[in-house]
Amino acid sequence: MELLSGADMIARFLKDEGVERIYGYPGGAALHIYDALFRQDSVQHILVRHEQAATHAADGYARASGKPGVVLVTSGPGATNAVTGIATAYMDSIPMVVLCGQVASHLIGEDAFQETDIVGVTRPVVKHSFSIRHPSEIPEVLKKAFYLASTGRPGPVVVDIPKDMTAPTERYEYVYPKKVKIRSYNPVTRGHSGQIKKAVDMMLKARRPVFYTGGGIVTGRASEALTDLVHRLGFPITTTLMGIGGYPQGDQQSLGWLGMHGSYEANMAMHHADLIVAIGARFDDRVTNNTSKFCPTAKIVHVDIDPSSISKTVRADVPIVGAAGSVIDEMISLVQDREASNAEALGEWWKSIEGWRAEREGKLYEPSKPGEALKPQEVIEAVYRATRGEAFVTTDVGQHQMFAAQYYKFAKPNRFITSGGLGTMGFGFPAAMGIKLSYPQDDVVCFTGEGSFQMMMQELSTCKQFDVGVKIVNLNNQSLGMVRQWQDLNYKSRHAHSYMESLPDFAKLIEAYGFTAIKVTTFDELEPALERAFADTNELVFLDIYVDPFEHVYPMQVPLGSMRDMLLSKTERT
Amino acid sequence: MRHIISILLENEPGALSRVVGLFSQRNFNIETLNVAPTEDPSLSRLTVTTVGDDRVIEQITKHLNKLIDVVKLVDLTEGNHIERELMLVKVKALGAARDEVKRTADIFRAQIVDVTPSVYTVQITGDAGKLDAFVQAMAPIGILEVARTGVSGIARGDKLLSL
Ligand SMILES: Cc1ncc(C[n+]2csc(CCOP(=O)(O)OP(=O)(O)O)c2C)c(N)n1
Ligand SMILES: [Mg+2]
Repeated sequence: MELLSGADMIARFLKDEGVERIYGYPGGAALHIYDALFRQDSVQHILVRHEQAATHAADGYARASGKPGVVLVTSGPGATNAVTGIATAYMDSIPMVVLCGQVASHLIGEDAFQETDIVGVTRPVVKHSFSIRHPSEIPEVLKKAFYLASTGRPGPVVVDIPKDMTAPTERYEYVYPKKVKIRSYNPVTRGHSGQIKKAVDMMLKARRPVFYTGGGIVTGRASEALTDLVHRLGFPITTTLMGIGGYPQGDQQSLGWLGMHGSYEANMAMHHADLIVAIGARFDDRVTNNTSKFCPTAKIVHVDIDPSSISKTVRADVPIVGAAGSVIDEMISLVQDREASNAEALGEWWKSIEGWRAEREGKLYEPSKPGEALKPQEVIEAVYRATRGEAFVTTDVGQHQMFAAQYYKFAKPNRFITSGGLGTMGFGFPAAMGIKLSYPQDDVVCFTGEGSFQMMMQELSTCKQFDVGVKIVNLNNQSLGMVRQWQDLNYKSRHAHSYMESLPDFAKLIEAYGFTAIKVTTFDELEPALERAFADTNELVFLDIYVDPFEHVYPMQVPLGSMRDMLLSKTERT
Repeated sequence: MRHIISILLENEPGALSRVVGLFSQRNFNIETLNVAPTEDPSLSRLTVTTVGDDRVIEQITKHLNKLIDVVKLVDLTEGNHIERELMLVKVKALGAARDEVKRTADIFRAQIVDVTPSVYTVQITGDAGKLDAFVQAMAPIGILEVARTGVSGIARGDKLLSL
């Protein structure tokens, strides 16, 4: 029997759970835990410069690896600083465990120094939370936290740890719990066979079918199975922003992603479809546009692991609660020995789709002419070429995010890492940091904007301390571009506070941390700068790329319209 | 439509706040809420009455089921059920009103459970409609205070809400 203090139990548990790295920031209520971390060397602690960055770094790691990211913060301000990152993970169903120090039990409720009811504050943005009430329950509670965070529909779990629970003098028996059971939590895995059969019957008869898949394919590790099913059926497929990479984008059957800034052909195909097979997607408002005009002729099959996602915004005709991978496998086995009766109709359907594709071919944006400012789109395409499409790509939020999603083509899942649900500016850089630490051989590119980057740029210091060689591509349009685009379209170009006045000299700023920065203003400078930037995978390089401040993101769905109502450029609309 | 949802909830700190928080967070409505421990000390039973169309009620039950602390739930209004609420009412009881209160209480099978020279405290149980009717009947006499427990309910017959 082994006797450990609560703090040592935490460190030991993390090791036994196979956690290699955690992200955090110390403070009074967490100091016993920090002392325990100091006295071991199995778990590496990455000291960030702001607790929000710890959550985004853990989140980035989780999205790239599929394993839960782990965060350690102190009580009060440490914990509240983490809230944005917890909410970001919650909205995108990312597995994360956040350990928060708390004031000692006897002080709780007395407005003690650095006391915040963090369980209360985070309640609407966690999958679940725990408060430790006795040191001896630490191993089991932590096991439950990891289990909940990473199973079913994943999400963040907060564990609140009063300081006396980790006191070095109080020691209790430690046993690593290999398994836990929670009687009220039994995530489904297999879908209802009758429903799956019904769905497959509809698929084999459909004349204008479309697959619409989301982040559930990525989290559910179902992309191979999905690709197999889609190839067998020969249907077109579109993914959500979160589902990018869940199906190879270069593939003939891929229509790209859909929704507000989705591709013309994807939105057109959805609008005209007679069957939509939604898997691991949640019909969110950035996808559907006006739900009352959404896909008027389509029947809807909706597969999701979370029953509350089904028929939430759009009524499903065939609801299937189940894990994406298992449902797809079952669909494949049903499709295997059946003849499709819709080959001819499918041929016609593809003709329409090819027509839509051809309409926009070569018209997506106007490349810059010599002497003109660079277009953000051409920068993304150049980075795509420079990295052979193989990098981990994170983004911040804004126009650059949409351009990155549109022009970097992803062949694999877990490679496009973006805050889709919450749209958190400041996410990209710390997320990239978290990924690079665990994938040192890979290129990790963060596409950011000068607005977003300034929300988390203190993390340059973390990168310096831990030698984190991410590539930061700042698409510098000298404005809060996405805000300005909306002001152009909806407020007669009254640009209320969408300028970034007093921009710093980014190159000097980066150099102050001892890193390399390259400023790019012309097309000719771009390729050489990229060559230099990607010469050494492990070197942090910041590319400050000045791009056209007047560019808009298109297509853009018209507010309150249907899927097919889109602006296609500043002068064209459907 | 009005629905009565009964929930078996882990008897854990914070569990109730998750249920209540869910309703406000998702803009669901709570008409009454009633919660107490069960014969199993690890479980509380919580009954909530809410109003919504089928889509909303479906969302409410799905989201409740998603809460880790919710062990089981049933929408009692989907089947035959018994619905009860208890109310304590203080009424002015002076002069002629004293008899009037007593008579009305008898008609409703309510009991006078506390008496002062000027006030009767009346206890009544029944479904929410009966309690509303009693309040209406007493209103002209002069209601001083009302305390209602909120609805509790149970399915008729062999049907059980248990582990
Ligand atoms: C934390 C946060 N605050 C505000 C917003 C609203 N917002 C969305 S995009 C955007 C502009 C982003 O500017 P920048 O990072 O320069 O990117 P650009 O659109 O110019 O490419 C803003 C302010 C947000 N998404 N997140
Ligand atoms: Mg900008």
